[in-house]
Amino acid sequence: MSTALSYVERDSVIHQMTGTTKLFFFLFWSVAAMITYDTRVLVGMFLFGCVLFKISKLKWKEISFALIFMFTLMAINIVGIYVFAPEQGVEIYGTRHVVAELFWRYSITLEQLFYMFNFLMKYMAVIPIALLFIMTTNPSEFAASMNKIGISYRVGYSVAIALRYIPDIQRDYREISQAQQARGISLGKDEKTLDRIKNSAAILFPLVLSSIQRIETISNAMELRGFGKHKKRTWIMAKPMGKRDYVGIVLSIAILAVSVAMIIVNGGRYYNPFI
Amino acid sequence: MKETIIEFKNFGYKYRSQAEPTVTDINLKIGKGERIIIVGPSGCGKSTLAHCLNGLNPFSYPGEIIGSLKICGHESKDMGIFGLSKFVGTVLQDTDGQFIGMTVLEDIAFAMENDMVEQEELKKRTLQAADKVYLLDKIESAPHDLSGGQKQRVSLAGVLVNKVPILMFDEPLANLDPASGKKAIELIDEIQKETDTTVVIIEHRLEDALYMGADRIILMVDGKIVSDTTPSELFASDRLAEAGIREPLYITALKYAGVKLEKNMSLQRIQELKLSDEQKELVKMWFYQEKWEQIKEHTKKLLSVEKLSFGYTEKAYNLSDVSFDVYEGEMTGIVGKNGAGKSTLAKLLCGFEKQNKGIICLEGKDISEDNIKERAKTIGYVMQNPNQMISKPMIFEEVALSLEVAHLPKEEIEERVHKALKVCGLYEFRNWPISALSYGQKKRVTIASILVQNPKILILDEPTAGQDFRHYTEIMEFLKELNKQGITVLMITHDMHLLLEYTNRSLVFSDGHLIADTTPVELFADKDLLEDANLKETSLFELANMCGLPPKEFIHKFIIYDRNLRSRREEVS
Repeated sequence: MSTALSYVERDSVIHQMTGTTKLFFFLFWSVAAMITYDTRVLVGMFLFGCVLFKISKLKWKEISFALIFMFTLMAINIVGIYVFAPEQGVEIYGTRHVVAELFWRYSITLEQLFYMFNFLMKYMAVIPIALLFIMTTNPSEFAASMNKIGISYRVGYSVAIALRYIPDIQRDYREISQAQQARGISLGKDEKTLDRIKNSAAILFPLVLSSIQRIETISNAMELRGFGKHKKRTWIMAKPMGKRDYVGIVLSIAILAVSVAMIIVNGGRYYNPFI
Repeated sequence: MKETIIEFKNFGYKYRSQAEPTVTDINLKIGKGERIIIVGPSGCGKSTLAHCLNGLNPFSYPGEIIGSLKICGHESKDMGIFGLSKFVGTVLQDTDGQFIGMTVLEDIAFAMENDMVEQEELKKRTLQAADKVYLLDKIESAPHDLSGGQKQRVSLAGVLVNKVPILMFDEPLANLDPASGKKAIELIDEIQKETDTTVVIIEHRLEDALYMGADRIILMVDGKIVSDTTPSELFASDRLAEAGIREPLYITALKYAGVKLEKNMSLQRIQELKLSDEQKELVKMWFYQEKWEQIKEHTKKLLSVEKLSFGYTEKAYNLSDVSFDVYEGEMTGIVGKNGAGKSTLAKLLCGFEKQNKGIICLEGKDISEDNIKERAKTIGYVMQNPNQMISKPMIFEEVALSLEVAHLPKEEIEERVHKALKVCGLYEFRNWPISALSYGQKKRVTIASILVQNPKILILDEPTAGQDFRHYTEIMEFLKELNKQGITVLMITHDMHLLLEYTNRSLVFSDGHLIADTTPVELFADKDLLEDANLKETSLFELANMCGLPPKEFIHKFIIYDRNLRSRREEVS
């Protein structure tokens, strides 16, 4: 099983969109989810996000690891909110419906539960789209579209190059750490913390040196083939903007507009069912 | 000569960080469509010369050009690295590092993208180039799905797209197994013939590079050209031996047999070699006259592997049902294609991975359950690249590392480290920084750092890859010495010379199976087995046929004679 999130090749409408579209979509969508606490908007976005995920033909098991990781973070976050601000919901919504009294200043109120639910929904609205963006965008094509919207191709290419060599460096790391373990250098739990830090240096030192050598080869190879010769370059992986791209961008702007409109209608960022 | 395309005139190059020029007094003319091989020992300046041709010198590695270098009539220092890339296409040695794109398609297109070729044209020309190097069916593949030879072909296609008049290959064979190397040279040959491109190959594996035939060989020593002549004339002289470059095996065999070599014998390739009847007689006499010597048998079983299987999934085993014994004092070669299971075997023996089935016994005791640390006390593993193992700045610290982490008493550490350093001939250097050492010496440091743990078996991954003849001999003679002192040596290798000259046994792997457990002589006389292992026939085989001698016995004879000669030379010195 692969645990890392990376591009997955599939044939879907979402894969066919350009990287630029998906970047804009992701940005507008995130802003829309960030500015509002309106439950109706957030739930709507979450459901819509799930539909898009379905359309992308990505599989559950390809994201399960990442999801578990993110859910853990979210749980920690939610618990943190309750511990530090158990009355935040009451403050926001202006009423106090107690469900149960616990101890000291901690009690469970409907307002707090609702606030935390909304908070959760903000994550839930963004996660599917973030995953989609990462997993349906071919890095090379993305570099091409970044360049198209005016960002220097050197920036885009350094991202693509990093992605290209990550597996190589992972392999180096594995091989170096195995060979070092054979010399008794372990990073296992039975070592003292100080020893673990020292031991990890014994693995990182050769890894960094071999990576520097690799970088020298790469930059030579790139220069010998004319990288940086002109202000612009073309891309074999570039995709032209199609109808679906314009639809996508318009859609994301519409969602942002709805989110903003609801703030005006509600007279604030919160939708208040308690009054 | 045809129209001159490269012209060095009183040329020299001095790196900014060096006090003296690395190459000097270079006068060399290369014509259109010529095939040139530049040879020389490591550090002779051949790479510097190559970097001057493609512009890495002085544009990436700053320095000063002395004299003049004209490429297609233009002075090189006025052109810049991008200007030069229009004339000189370079394929580097590191097949992995120079693969820039995420896929074959993107990598081939890279140079054209930088030239702002429009997308439609881009696609068309990329596919044409991919077709030329027979990779059209791999166009969507990522680098980790390709073999070393295929990656190199991608790089070749990547420079072919620009229709450059000069193709330059920097040690194209160093990272390939013999069979892939042969294919690479065949492809270069084919493309050269088709396009009449000038080809410059920098390589010290001369016999393999000459497979395609060369117009001239340029021999460099200490930054100067010492010979610029046809292959046949060069082989008829002693200049290669003097420079420390390995001659082709058939040339060595002819010399052993006392055949006087002349340039009119077509010495450049075994296929073209012309031997008179008297000369054939000489070879025959040599073959029959010397007495045979039996290679000594080893009897004490040290390591025994039984029905070993390993795979990440049940269906796809990287290694299946492998059984063999290793006897004390052996020096064994492990051969096979990439992905045949050689590295997997090493990892299992060292305990880096745990087998799904089977047992590993050391001196009759099952060690399958021992962890990496425990295994390392009996089985040491030396990686191919010493830079990947060295983690301390000083030699003593590096060798002492495994003992330090085991918290041994200081006196014991010092004693064991000193002993290992003495064995490795590094005792005098013990307080030196590692950065001051040569590649071969670094390799010895890594071996010393393993030897301090007193292993009985040493496993080495490609101990001689990319080394010139002098370093090869240095490393291998050292391993032979260790072996004499009682350490059993297993080597994963593609190096045919190593197998012939230093091993007595070959384990051949193919698709995860041990398909042969034999001697190097048997291996090199068995065409099918060689093919399975991605090795190739030696020129000794053809020489034997040419002289009407039995090939297997002839190879055997050569090996014995060669080893005796070397040990006699050693005694003298």
